[in-house]
Amino acid sequence: MNVQGAAHKYGDHIDTDVIIPARYLNTQDHKELASHCMEDIDKEFVKKVQPGDILVAGVNFGCGSSREHAPVAIKASGVSCVIAANFARIFYRNSINIGLAILECPAASSAIENGDKVAVDFDTGVITNLTKNETYQAEPFPPFIKDMIEKGGLMASLKAGKGNA
Amino acid sequence: MGMTMTQKILAKHAGLESVRAGQLIQAKLDLVLGNDITTPVAINEFEAAGFDHVFDKSKIALVMDHFVPNKDIKAATQCKQCRTFARRFDIDNYFDVGEMGIEHALLPEKGLVAPGETVIGADSHTCTYGALGAFSTGGGSTDMAAAMASGELWFKVPSAIRVHLTGKRKPFVSGKDVILTLIGKIGVDGARYQSLEFTGPGVAELSIYDRLTISNMAIEAGAKNGIFPVDDITRAYVEGRVDRSWTAFEADPDAEYERTVEMDLSQVDCTVAYPHLPENAHPAREGKEIFIDQIVIGSCTNGQLPDMAAAAAILKGKHLAKGVRGIIIPATMSVYRECMRQGYTDIFMDAGCVVSTPTCGPCLGGYMGILAAGERCVSTTNRNFVGRMGHVDSEVYLASPAVAAASGIAGHICHPADL
Repeated sequence: MNVQGAAHKYGDHIDTDVIIPARYLNTQDHKELASHCMEDIDKEFVKKVQPGDILVAGVNFGCGSSREHAPVAIKASGVSCVIAANFARIFYRNSINIGLAILECPAASSAIENGDKVAVDFDTGVITNLTKNETYQAEPFPPFIKDMIEKGGLMASLKAGKGNA
Repeated sequence: MGMTMTQKILAKHAGLESVRAGQLIQAKLDLVLGNDITTPVAINEFEAAGFDHVFDKSKIALVMDHFVPNKDIKAATQCKQCRTFARRFDIDNYFDVGEMGIEHALLPEKGLVAPGETVIGADSHTCTYGALGAFSTGGGSTDMAAAMASGELWFKVPSAIRVHLTGKRKPFVSGKDVILTLIGKIGVDGARYQSLEFTGPGVAELSIYDRLTISNMAIEAGAKNGIFPVDDITRAYVEGRVDRSWTAFEADPDAEYERTVEMDLSQVDCTVAYPHLPENAHPAREGKEIFIDQIVIGSCTNGQLPDMAAAAAILKGKHLAKGVRGIIIPATMSVYRECMRQGYTDIFMDAGCVVSTPTCGPCLGGYMGILAAGERCVSTTNRNFVGRMGHVDSEVYLASPAVAAASGIAGHICHPADL
């Protein structure tokens, strides 16, 4: 699977409160959540984001609250993949469970700039910066997680009766 | 190679002789927790996958605490969805208005968590129960849905940081000051994906409530869990609350830790975490220039009876500074009632504070104390992120109940000894 889009670049420790502020947690509607995505850190994000675009951030992306509304809002806003130096563990777990593609790649995290055109090949983990003509190698998923993603996430995996590690 | 305390609990629940850091396991759960924000999303997932039964109706706890009493129609609708689900599956531990409390204060109080148990919650502060010697950690709503259906969940076995506690505490220093100091030392991702295992002679210096506060904020260092050994203080707390048998696990003498952080409690003073990360720890004494508009005393971090007592001791016979609003929120109905019995409610009201029934409301900027642009709050809650308590240009300073109370009286950040 391949995706391609423009990069939206953010810094370190992007917490789930700025990804989707708690004042909007009285809804579970994906479109409504998406309409407030990143609102407290970048009011322009929802106006700029195009289907397929890629979020790029530094360390500890998704720290804080366990709200699954955060990866849901990002996915529903059209983002195809989040690339970060590393992720907070609950966000990492939630993203895999709901099928939001995420990649850990410190090299890509530091080199990609806002607006760069980026392509991702999930099979190889190769991230290509089309603007700068550079490539970066992301950490591949462990087989257990890859298997879960291929089955369609945690619930589908459980339903298939093969949720065991 | 030996195992850490966390690894031993996980091995037992995975039915394995031993586990090692990094291993992916499937572990049985003793309790699955959700609240009024995360449970509706879990119910949707549960129903969309076509499940028609829960694994054990006595091992699920649903606590309506974030936006209750309902703050608006949407919040009311979410609670109604939880209530309907709880009725459908006859969930034993469903807590609604009138009997609820903030989940992480309520579950230990009700004896729903015991040492050695494994708890998953769709709330990041589920790590609180490490204070009781349990393995507990936060997950998402889909985790909760899968756990309600199967009673099991996948985990990556964490490596650990040992926090070796020594020394005696100074006056006014609480568990909150200890954890804020530790996060200041190791950073908000200092324990990312790892366990924080607290050990050493200093453990005996900490009450169960100090430990609950410390374990509660393990997530603010990125940790998967924060766990304390089981001792007489733990036993005294669970006795009379937990009526089932439980096991105290101990780390092996040769357990492997990635590193050891030494903490001398006698060197910890009252600490305040400045905006906008919990790692921005500063001595409370240095905050005299920071004038404030509001104090909040409560939350899953600091809403227990000793927290109320610490605030009451400072506020007794005093009044908030002109222009400062005080919001006090006992974490459970029994703490609320005890505040009335002990006379704390009168002290708070005489000081010019309001006293609310339990809610998470202001901590996450939900309701009951939202900040306007430019306003500052000293809060006993756990996060001071941008916009956490309201406007993106407002500021949250994290502190203990004693420091928050002293700051409310002074009108600026204040060490209780300097009042």
